[in-house]
Amino acid sequence: MEFLNALVAFSNFVLIPATAYGAQLALGALGVTLIFGILRFSNFAHGDTMAFGTMATILFTWWLQSKGVSLGPLPTALLALPVGIAVTALLLLGTDKLIYAFYREQRAKPVVLVIVSMGVMFMMNGLVRFIIGPDDQRFADGERFIIRASEFKDMTGLDEGLAIKTTQGITIVTAVIVVALLFWFLNRTRTGKSMRAYSDNEDLALLSGINPERVVMITWIIVAALATVAGVLYGLDKSFKPFTYFQLLLPIFASAIVGGLGSPLGAIVGGFVIAFSEIFVTYAWKKVLVYLMPAPLEPDGLVQLLSTDYKLAVSFMILVIVLLFRPTGIFAGKSS
Amino acid sequence: MSTPIKNTLLFAIVFGLTIGVGYVQGWNVALGIFNMGLISAIMALGVNMQWGYAGLFNIGVMGFVALGGLAAVLVGMDPVPEAWAAGGLRVLLGLAIGAASIVGAVMLWARVPSGWLRAVVLIAWLIVAFILYRAVFDPAVEAIEAVNPAGTGFLGGLGLPVILAWPVGGVAAAGAAWLIGKTALGLRSDYLAIATLGIAEIIIAVMKNEDWLSRGVKNVVGIPRPVPYEIDLQNDPDFVARMVGWGYDPVVASAIYVKLLYAALFIVVLLVLIWLSEKALNSPWGRMMRAIRDNEVAASAMGKNVTKRHLQIFVLGSAVCGLAGAMMTTLDGQLTPGTYQPLRFTFLVWVMVIVGGSGNNFGAVLGGFLIWFLWVQVEPLGLLIMDAVTSGMADGSWLKGHLQESAAHMRLFTMGLVLVLVLRFSPRGLIPER
Repeated sequence: MEFLNALVAFSNFVLIPATAYGAQLALGALGVTLIFGILRFSNFAHGDTMAFGTMATILFTWWLQSKGVSLGPLPTALLALPVGIAVTALLLLGTDKLIYAFYREQRAKPVVLVIVSMGVMFMMNGLVRFIIGPDDQRFADGERFIIRASEFKDMTGLDEGLAIKTTQGITIVTAVIVVALLFWFLNRTRTGKSMRAYSDNEDLALLSGINPERVVMITWIIVAALATVAGVLYGLDKSFKPFTYFQLLLPIFASAIVGGLGSPLGAIVGGFVIAFSEIFVTYAWKKVLVYLMPAPLEPDGLVQLLSTDYKLAVSFMILVIVLLFRPTGIFAGKSS
Repeated sequence: MSTPIKNTLLFAIVFGLTIGVGYVQGWNVALGIFNMGLISAIMALGVNMQWGYAGLFNIGVMGFVALGGLAAVLVGMDPVPEAWAAGGLRVLLGLAIGAASIVGAVMLWARVPSGWLRAVVLIAWLIVAFILYRAVFDPAVEAIEAVNPAGTGFLGGLGLPVILAWPVGGVAAAGAAWLIGKTALGLRSDYLAIATLGIAEIIIAVMKNEDWLSRGVKNVVGIPRPVPYEIDLQNDPDFVARMVGWGYDPVVASAIYVKLLYAALFIVVLLVLIWLSEKALNSPWGRMMRAIRDNEVAASAMGKNVTKRHLQIFVLGSAVCGLAGAMMTTLDGQLTPGTYQPLRFTFLVWVMVIVGGSGNNFGAVLGGFLIWFLWVQVEPLGLLIMDAVTSGMADGSWLKGHLQESAAHMRLFTMGLVLVLVLRFSPRGLIPER
């Protein structure tokens, strides 16, 4: 019984939140890693792309809500998601045409593109704040919980409750679907294969008649989809605030690098590594340990390794450790 | 047009803009912009050393600037004896234990042969050290933060003249840069970028949460000044008589007088730094740096130690950023960790360097003044434009209200636009490298 209580507390406070957060990071990191693989630069505007996609989705969600459309127990934002993706894809294709394409033709050094993406980051950030403002926006509706803590207690008779938020469930299900689609696309379709070929060896891909502009275009569309889905899921789960999305850049890049830049599988693993370590290190373990330790050994303090404010520091430490011992990441990524 | 004339003209335009602000919005505003422009120019010089001379991609400028600000508190504020009595020495002991445990872990890693034994020993060592560290550190912090939390609740500083904080801020930033450089400089440029971005966030997180050190988000206010206070000047009959004699309002004049004194101090620092960096850039050392930047392989074939030189310039550039940070906190008279944001303190400085001209000290300085001017003035300009755009709309319409409210966010977009345009049409900046 004690052990079961500990297990439930562990799932409730660590396992489920970390899995949801990990899925969101993984989707974000997939976008970063795809751009790095195909376009060969680290896109600093990715956090703000996520913010833009989420904003587009929120605006359409509000419009749907004002028309009285809803998905019942599911959040309306899911219905607005395709529109958000389409708008973001248009924006990314526009920035590519107006800004990035020039440097591709020039064959500029990657670091120049990184600095250009800094400018794009500023512009997108300004755009998002201009349209929706810098404040917190909540747009989740529908049923809040799949299982409530009190229901779970009644059902099982345990002291600890297990609550699963709808948004956590949706995050995990959506992430699985999106990742499955992406891998199917990359590994099974002709276009996906040409993208991988282009990523592996640009010259050889060009030689075999792959159209680089088409590859780049499809990459941006996929990135728009990934960024918008990641952003909307994060916003549903927590809340939407432009500055928070900008700050997600660090854990997302940490995930992509830890997994190995340019490796989609690595991005997913990296996302979960970062999410789990962040929550492991900043969770107050007292609640779990109380059930496991015999009474005299029960901890007095919170048994929290670091205060939650140091979450960013955790992703950073993992990043440094991986870079020191395995510079190309867990799944050997590219190094340019 | 010859280069010197063009450059002088560019500087004249920027200063002309500031003087124009003086006529339109008042000299107090203009001097405020000018003083922050001086500080921005120094930050841009620091980043220019790293990026312009050596091609190092450091986007952790915010962290070094914040460390400089912390130095201003630790040097300038008076110590809080009650807090020291409550737990000052214990905190230091705790920190010493923390440092010793890390050093010990590194030594264990080096001494014990690799294998499962090493892993077990290392983990056991870290767990024991961590528990010991928290056992000493936590109660001490609690004791310090309990001392008059509304007024102090921190250890205070050394109570020395605040000017001393400027070099100290530089040294603190240099120390942090050395640690980061040691671990991250061997990596490729994107990784260094992410590593510096991360360390900057951590420095801010520490300053926000370690109340015993920096009062956290409660802010430290009333940092002593190197110049007189306005209120003292206004109560000084000599000063009032002189200003009235010259036909100025003493209240306005006192504010301008104080700003002029700050400006004089900052100008001295900026001129010394420009002189030093010009000397360095045009010396064999500067040529070597640029050679390394342009071709690392060739430079190392010529026997140059690329990693060491990179570390050197990384430390130097960061020290300049730390110095600027200490100066800024002195100018503000307060340390507010909550206001450090990467867009403002890292990426904006980058815009300054790129727009001004990376690799050229005068370019960086010009960029510092120009971009800071734009950063401040885009907001009122945006409002003017929005007023013009919305003048045809009905009062109280939703769109009009929204547009006018959002005009304040134009500045981020404008900065991005300026950066992208410069990179596209004049990638070497306004004053290119010679």
